[in-house]
Amino acid sequence: MTREHAEGSQTTRREFLKTTAVAGTALAANMSLLTNVHAAGSDTIKVGLVGCGGRGSGAVDNVLHSAPNVEIVAIGDAFKFRTDDLRRQLQKLVNKEEVKKLGNRVNLPEERCFAGIDAYEKVIHSDANYIILATTPGFRPTHLQAAVAAGKHIFTEKPVGVDGPGIRKVLAAYEEAQKRKNLCIVAGTQRRHEAGYLETMKRIHGGEIGDITAMRCYWNGQGIWFRDRSELSKHGIPDSDLAYQIHNWYHFLWTCGDHIVEQHVHNLDVCNWALGKHPVKAVGMGSRIARPVGNPREVGNIFDNFAIDFEYDNGVHMLSMCRQIRGCESNVSEALVGTKGTSRPDQYSVNGQRVAIKGRGRTVDPYVQEHTDLIECIRSGKPINELKTVAESTLTAILGREAAYTGKLVTWDQVLHSKEDTMPERLSWEMSLPVAPVPVPGKTRLS
Amino acid sequence: MCRFVQYSLGWCLFLLLVLAMLWHDPASPARGSAPDQAPASAPAAHKAYTEKIAGSDVKFDMVPIPGGTFVMGSPANEAGRQADEGPEHPVTIRPFWMGKTEVTWDEYDQYWKQEEGAKRENQKPEDKAADAVSRPTPPYADETFGHGREGHPVLCITHHAAMEYCRWLSAKTGKIYRLPTEAEWEYAARAGTTTPYFFGSDPKQLGDYAWFAGNAEDVTHEVGKKKPNPWGLYDIYGNVAEWCLDTYKKDYYQSFPNDKPTLSPVLIPNADRFPHVARGGSWADEPARLRSAARRGSDKSWIKRDPQRPQSIWWLTDAEFVGFRIVRPVEEQENLKGLRSLTTRESN
Repeated sequence: MTREHAEGSQTTRREFLKTTAVAGTALAANMSLLTNVHAAGSDTIKVGLVGCGGRGSGAVDNVLHSAPNVEIVAIGDAFKFRTDDLRRQLQKLVNKEEVKKLGNRVNLPEERCFAGIDAYEKVIHSDANYIILATTPGFRPTHLQAAVAAGKHIFTEKPVGVDGPGIRKVLAAYEEAQKRKNLCIVAGTQRRHEAGYLETMKRIHGGEIGDITAMRCYWNGQGIWFRDRSELSKHGIPDSDLAYQIHNWYHFLWTCGDHIVEQHVHNLDVCNWALGKHPVKAVGMGSRIARPVGNPREVGNIFDNFAIDFEYDNGVHMLSMCRQIRGCESNVSEALVGTKGTSRPDQYSVNGQRVAIKGRGRTVDPYVQEHTDLIECIRSGKPINELKTVAESTLTAILGREAAYTGKLVTWDQVLHSKEDTMPERLSWEMSLPVAPVPVPGKTRLS
Repeated sequence: MCRFVQYSLGWCLFLLLVLAMLWHDPASPARGSAPDQAPASAPAAHKAYTEKIAGSDVKFDMVPIPGGTFVMGSPANEAGRQADEGPEHPVTIRPFWMGKTEVTWDEYDQYWKQEEGAKRENQKPEDKAADAVSRPTPPYADETFGHGREGHPVLCITHHAAMEYCRWLSAKTGKIYRLPTEAEWEYAARAGTTTPYFFGSDPKQLGDYAWFAGNAEDVTHEVGKKKPNPWGLYDIYGNVAEWCLDTYKKDYYQSFPNDKPTLSPVLIPNADRFPHVARGGSWADEPARLRSAARRGSDKSWIKRDPQRPQSIWWLTDAEFVGFRIVRPVEEQENLKGLRSLTTRESN
């Protein structure tokens, strides 16, 4: 069973994209006894990075600024040009005064720069005791499972999956991590580590706006890059469906999860955080209006706009909108209405008053702070595990997406237990990788 | 000491009349109607005008700023003064035009929102040249940060983006538009005054002229809603701080003689992303930051929430207080001819 068009054509996603458990999980489990290391006290944080794109490169920069005695010991990416680029950047970075002052280092001989689809396993099973997961979202569940099985501390980027089966893996990894003493996991929903948001939430949870009765959140922006297939050759990558789809990952459901999942998850997470729970159902709409037109294999298959009405188990509604269309009104924000007042968390404002300084430089960098917090937990032996909240916020976004894709009322349990596995089976550079058509509300079904 | 000497208008007129007679066919129809082709600094042509951005309804106003000599910096006893404002030194500025207001999103959108590749056949040469200027990548979040778009100043963009906008606008209009030098900016803001503010010394009057921490309520406001300075410049203090062309150097003023004027000083920017000068203070600032002499240098904290590496060369993330205003030299100074931003993704 899978998402298919009601007319019963051959266009089921099943045929395009079949379930898989990417090899390596078993290996990871076997290795875990040997590599269950935690850095206690002032022990060196040995960082292994999985995914060397813009965000991964940013994350190693952040971690090198976050705490003393940090060493980058392994990096991996699907593409060699990415690891080569990052290695060059790191040589520059390590000479920065602030990095030197912290005694932080880069120790990256060629043999610990891994390229290929299985690079993640090599990084996870290196000497690293602190794994940063920053690949495209579709791979995250597999990578999280492997890193938890290997007993490594984890900084994982958001979102942590793109479909129900992926989120189930992440929730299983969460449970597994809970069983291991002292395992620390922080997620890249950095608003939860941003001073202004923390102060705002403290006041909301302290009752300053009373009980929340309604919420809305937006990520309406101007669009995103599109990396043409021809760019592969510029990086010396042989043309293939898989290489193209990973390189232009934002535009494919299985790699990205659509922009409501990849981007809007931040605002949905803020609303869940404020209310302290996740929604139970959603109805909504969305479409693909302004993205490139053509064969989904070349132009991708994600939407460019969603408007979703989420409902929580206490009857509170959250209205969410997200859009990636150039020339339209931009708005990235969250707003809460309570029985005693209102709040705009994105403005750090409660009842019309700013509760923290905003937009003026010189405050703490939340992207650095999330590593500072994680390393502090590791060194003080105080476990932290954000996997559950980030999995729930990711699934919230998936719930909204499925409501729009199907045009139906969709429940939390439906998406959580969905068999809609978008990950292609047996990934290889040579494989032919057709892409499912753009969903059609009213016809597309969730299985 | 005479702190401000404006050229004698009468003398200028006379001189230029003579020059014009020497250089131009008196029957030429171009003169007067097209400011560009008038002789340099001709007072007849150096007057206010409105520029329309071709292919749109968007217009902006330019006001003439006469050439002259002034004392740059502030005296040691000025309230709120910082060390980087001294020593005071005389500076001579050539005539130029300056934007009556800060550049708004209406104007900037014409530049960056045009789709790459939406190039038409039979393009006019100026459109072709303008299209050759690189455009900002789409911003990841809301580029207005909730401050408002129509009529509001552009904010939170990099120095590189502001320079590239000027290059695009120059190609589009056939005129030289660029960021003001720091000296031009202070000269224009002072408008012949020597007091901390162009209206005097009392910050209590600031609310008549500027949006700042005392009245802005944490957001930008539509440009041109307060009173202008004596030379007709609106929001020269507050609303958004304004990018100047120069690299910021704390002890820069120590390099100038104080007994004779320096002509058109500028610390030409290199490829580095920071630091550059931002002047005039903003909605976020207390009065002292809005003084004519107050200087500020950008730094990497202005982009710290860009989680990507390399970070964007177009969009800042934590500088909702900085925007820009453009100038057009009557005659471009030699060392700025053909100047363009050298910043790339590889820049420090």
